[in-house]
Amino acid sequence: MASDKIILKTEGLTKHYGGVHALEDANFELKDGEHVAVVGDNGAGKSTFVRQITGVEQRTRGKIWFDGQEVQFDGPLEAREAGIETVFQNLALADDLDVPSNLFLGREKIRFNLGPFSILDKRAMREETEAGLKRTGVKIPDLDNSIRHMSGGQRQCVAIARSATFVSKLIILDEPTAALGVQETAQVEEIIKGLKARGVPMIIVSHNLRQVFDLVDRIIVFRRGRIAATLNAKEVDGNEVVAYITGVKGAEGEKRAAYA
Amino acid sequence: MADATNAAMPVPDTAKKKHRSAEFNALIGLVGIALIFEILGWIFQGQSFLGNLQRLQIMILQVSVIGIIAVGVTQVIITGGIDLSSGSVTAAAAMIAMSFAQVGTYERAVFIDQGWVDLPVIIPLIVGLAVGAFAGLINGALIAYTKIPPFIATLGMMVAARGIAKWWTRGQPISFPTDAFAAIGQGMMPVLILLCIIALFVFLLRFTVYGVHTYAIGSNMDAARMSGINVERHLILVYTIAGLLTGLAGMIIAARGLTAQAGMGLMYELDAIAMAVIGGVSLSGGRGSVVGTFIGMLIFGVILSGFTFLRLDAYYQEMIKGVIIVAAVVADVWRQKRRALAA
Repeated sequence: MASDKIILKTEGLTKHYGGVHALEDANFELKDGEHVAVVGDNGAGKSTFVRQITGVEQRTRGKIWFDGQEVQFDGPLEAREAGIETVFQNLALADDLDVPSNLFLGREKIRFNLGPFSILDKRAMREETEAGLKRTGVKIPDLDNSIRHMSGGQRQCVAIARSATFVSKLIILDEPTAALGVQETAQVEEIIKGLKARGVPMIIVSHNLRQVFDLVDRIIVFRRGRIAATLNAKEVDGNEVVAYITGVKGAEGEKRAAYA
Repeated sequence: MADATNAAMPVPDTAKKKHRSAEFNALIGLVGIALIFEILGWIFQGQSFLGNLQRLQIMILQVSVIGIIAVGVTQVIITGGIDLSSGSVTAAAAMIAMSFAQVGTYERAVFIDQGWVDLPVIIPLIVGLAVGAFAGLINGALIAYTKIPPFIATLGMMVAARGIAKWWTRGQPISFPTDAFAAIGQGMMPVLILLCIIALFVFLLRFTVYGVHTYAIGSNMDAARMSGINVERHLILVYTIAGLLTGLAGMIIAARGLTAQAGMGLMYELDAIAMAVIGGVSLSGGRGSVVGTFIGMLIFGVILSGFTFLRLDAYYQEMIKGVIIVAAVVADVWRQKRRALAA
């Protein structure tokens, strides 16, 4: 499915928090339609990597190309406008709003423009929400219910559906099932598979190796702030990935990179 | 369409159950309290409490001015904030507006050099609204950009605005407004204004972008920001509108009493907050409605006139009011706990 067009590329991407080198010289490429998992131990630099791409933080050094252009996002909003939708771990939804309001939060459909007092087009938002949820395969019994009254799985489904509804070029999922139970995880994975079938390029940050093998084409292993390995999901097994995560394998690569 | 989705998948019973809203609880409280006074009325006074149109009119008139403030405060609380400055801003707006509304021929007028001519009523009205809005603007800007807690920002404004009210005339009260200005406080005019404002804000909070963003900020400020809402600008707008309504309330009181004093509006901020809280507006933000606050106002009104009706001392009134406020907050905390357990 993956074409040869490169949708996202980073070169020498580096982030230091004071003296802590959270990310060092990450060189990465994502082809159009490709699904990639970012794995690694806690503090290996996975989330830092994602935060530089989405503009949540400003990188220390390095270059990012997105959709053929070199980019410098000042914030997640700019990234979103460029076509990158991100499902963040915790700060995605407003608990007291219903599903359509959450889906369209910050990009409401307007019936009559009065600046900040613009009148909402509730019906259009509701219809598009129903269509969006259907396309993503998310089932929510009562759209008018506030998110607060939903289970963790349903909330995560809404968050993913929200990104999936608007995504144009790239979707990034940061630990999409970290806080969920077994059944809910399965539910969310079904939805991610649906996205995959639609051919939207995707980056998943995950701890769950089984999930990674199920869902992606390629696995990027982070270790101590560096990319320790890029593996084809069909050619490796879990033990090999774990070996890279723990540093049993690929340590010579670390040394080589240190000289470069 | 929604029914089709429901039928397509089995829905657990808990999801079907409608969550009883805080507004509904407040309404039950209102009916209960009114009935208690009705029964006590027949026992001790030998007459009906509710079956008296004049009493009902006075009841709503008594709470209408603070009610206008409470509508503004409701949207502030929904963003997760608080406004302690309302009482003082009421006084500052009333004093400054009134000084432009005096009859021109009054020899002790504050601005006697206005040439013995009555200024058109639109001038004091705009001035009063502007004073309120400006105070709200400063509140909002402080909260949005310095990130100090709303409690502190508006506490500062509470003290400062009271100072402005006193400084404006060096403590002198201002009387003798023009008939046109006095008209906004006469008869049932305050109630009419209140009802218009309630209708307007029910619409704003339910059907406009302004409303969604207000709830979103109170619900999850990070999510609001990540979704592209300009949180700072929106907070400033919310506090400015609250100030605007407070300025309006100040002018109505001054017009009603035909005088403005620096000490007026004392404790109004607390009554306004209490009306909102009794009406089910959550102090933790994100939940509540203007309809709820309206019910809270009516509960206030019923208690006020109920005690007068039974010829009970005002002392008891305040004690009971205190108990009801605490009970309303306790109810809110319990609701949240139950929800947290259910999720």
